[in-house]
Amino acid sequence: MNKNIILCGVGGQGTILASRLIATAAMTKDIPIKTAETIGMAQRGGSVFSHLRLGQGTNSPLIAKGEVDLIIGFEPGETVRQLPFLKKGGAVVVSRRPVMPVSAMIGKSSYDPEKMIAYLKEHTERLIIVDADRAARDLGSARTLNVVLLGAALESGELGLTEEDLETAIQQKVPEKFVELNKKSLAWIRENGKE
Amino acid sequence: MHKEFLMGNEAIALGALAAGVDLVSGYPGTPSTEVLETIARRNPGHVYVEWSINEKAGMEVAAGAAYTGARALVTMKQVGLNVASDPLMSLEYIGVKGGMVVLVADDPGPISSQTEQDTRTFGMFSKVPVFDPSSVAEAYEMIQEAFDYSEKYGMPVFFRATTRVDHGYETVEVKDPEEYYVNKAEGFVKDSSRWVIFPRLSVKNHALIEKRNAELKDVFSEYSRNRIIASSGSKGIATQGVNFMYTLDSLRGRDVRILRVATPFPFPEKLALQFLDGLDEVLCIEELDPVIERALTFVCGKYGLNVKIRGKLTKDMPASGENSMEIIDKAITAFTGIDGKRSEEVMEKLPEPPELPVRPPVLCAGCPHRASFYAVKKAMKGQKTIYCGDIGCYTLGNAAPLDMCDTCLCMGAGIGIAQGVWHIEPDTKSFAFVGDSTFFASGITGTVNAFYNQADMTLVVLDNSTTAMTGHQPHPGTGRTVMGQIVEKVSIEKVLRAIGLKVVETVDPLDFDLAVETVKRVAEEPGVKAVIFRSPCIAISKPKGHSSVDPDKCIGCGKCIRDLGCPALIKDTDGKKARIDTSLCTGCTLCEQICPAKAISGGNKNDTAEGRRHE
Repeated sequence: MNKNIILCGVGGQGTILASRLIATAAMTKDIPIKTAETIGMAQRGGSVFSHLRLGQGTNSPLIAKGEVDLIIGFEPGETVRQLPFLKKGGAVVVSRRPVMPVSAMIGKSSYDPEKMIAYLKEHTERLIIVDADRAARDLGSARTLNVVLLGAALESGELGLTEEDLETAIQQKVPEKFVELNKKSLAWIRENGKE
Repeated sequence: MHKEFLMGNEAIALGALAAGVDLVSGYPGTPSTEVLETIARRNPGHVYVEWSINEKAGMEVAAGAAYTGARALVTMKQVGLNVASDPLMSLEYIGVKGGMVVLVADDPGPISSQTEQDTRTFGMFSKVPVFDPSSVAEAYEMIQEAFDYSEKYGMPVFFRATTRVDHGYETVEVKDPEEYYVNKAEGFVKDSSRWVIFPRLSVKNHALIEKRNAELKDVFSEYSRNRIIASSGSKGIATQGVNFMYTLDSLRGRDVRILRVATPFPFPEKLALQFLDGLDEVLCIEELDPVIERALTFVCGKYGLNVKIRGKLTKDMPASGENSMEIIDKAITAFTGIDGKRSEEVMEKLPEPPELPVRPPVLCAGCPHRASFYAVKKAMKGQKTIYCGDIGCYTLGNAAPLDMCDTCLCMGAGIGIAQGVWHIEPDTKSFAFVGDSTFFASGITGTVNAFYNQADMTLVVLDNSTTAMTGHQPHPGTGRTVMGQIVEKVSIEKVLRAIGLKVVETVDPLDFDLAVETVKRVAEEPGVKAVIFRSPCIAISKPKGHSSVDPDKCIGCGKCIRDLGCPALIKDTDGKKARIDTSLCTGCTLCEQICPAKAISGGNKNDTAEGRRHE
């Protein structure tokens, strides 16, 4: 099995932990994995992305355009930014909740998240939209959006891993008092359905 | 042996431990920081680790250890090497006894740096051999080899990785601690003819260095990581670092001979000749300087070979910036005349998307630097000013709406620039902003210089009790070391007073009115004077609740959003009134204090750096 995955969002949204959970799950199944992460200045509210490559026979940590099986988007605009990487027929998971940039708030730029969702609907065949606000209300926390999105990624069938694999990874990587919340978050899409 | 999923920098750290490193020093800097942090975390017990106050100090500490026969590692980012270059240039002439590796992380792009300088070129300039790894797993092995070469030839060596190796992750087979090499340091042996640099010694050693580096060309031609991948055609690609990996994945069946250069200096000339034999054309795929391209062009000239060398200098590759898979694929297509088969069908060309959000990095919600900048801005309103910034999170004070960083050059430079501007424009109120870690790294000399030379300027120290941008490392002002010792804090106030500054005032920027009043008063004093804004970074203090806007009281004036530019302050659905994103707000209360309608409440600012993450 070979899977190319991009996680994208805004610095501080938890993309790196989500990437670590996928990697941990892959490793316990002995699937080779390579990733490239954004660490540094962009973590302060900039655009961030992780490239993940699961399976044998890859050399480069970066993925070429048009070769991504699955984009896990933490934010609508950031997901559109990465869309040229998606291969034909690839799947997209996106959180509907925007992160408004300061530049837009003070009128130095404009950003209309609804247009991003419309663009994604028009140009992707397999799109799962996650209602992050509803998930946060149900779960009582907005902090596990990353794991809710991993649950949606499982539903897409392009992650190449099972819910049990990710649960095992959560047990290894998440502090014990948050394990239950994270497991609930992982199952949220399956139980509550996509938007 | 066991398997671990490691970041490149973690793999380099574990490789150094496996090589029996005894002492590790360094200064934080993206993308190098995690090497030293990992060594501190995975320390088998005997390794001395320190965050030095800057790269020059770190280089000297590592050299001292290597003089005794210990194995030493010093870590830094590429611009840090500029700071450390004084001791390194001379150290190359003196040499070392124990293996000494100078780890420098280069940053093509640049993604988190001021420059796109290339440590391979620095290697040629300083005559220090350079190792250039291609992957996380290889970096683990290669740093062990770098220690061996260093020790065998009694020379410091560069281990130069780039961001995609430093911050890539891969599953790596690593040694268990019982399998680590154990180094026995002989101890320092007095010999002034060896350890004291004088012109006579430099003349002798320079000749020896040139002889050694000439020999190393042959030695490295046999080094297995410098290698050729054969083909039947008459075209070749010469490449390095992570570009070797990009190239392998971009070939897609196109038949070219490959030369991978693992030691760009001294250049493996014999291997290059073997590679060039029978080729018509070579494309050099590398990042930063055209090091391989120049070396191959030189080899062709030296041996009279009729091979066309292409790359950056011939405009076949971009002269600057980071390479992507697309850039390399296109270049290989143009070079071979063959469009590589793709494994997957590409999506149809997407139409132009709607306007994408613009996201320059910003100060975090609740960052005390926001209050400091806004206080100075308010205090100096209407006056002719210059705000000289520096390197750290507070460089982000340049962004709208704060717009409080008129210059930024390199670590510590803001103080000298503020002084220089004032000498030419004495009617300008000159300010230099410097962070606490940067003050210790390189702010003190500039302050002494300004004081001694009778400047009139205000030094603003933004003390958030940590080295924030690089991930919250301790420094001399924090009272902690990377090895976990609790030590006496170096007081910024006392340092400034000892230099001779008469006015040194410390204030919490989140006591906003007091902060503004303090700046107004201090800026009027003659000579060099200082305001220290002290409030902990939000990442090392626990938020105590968050603020919220009372929509009945909010008059929708937009002042909080427009003036502060805090990511937690957003417009409500009506597009006018302010709302607070409670998932981001730390309750710093700055917006509460400036709201003209007193419509915001509920915050509770932190007074101390509690709940530190890196205990």
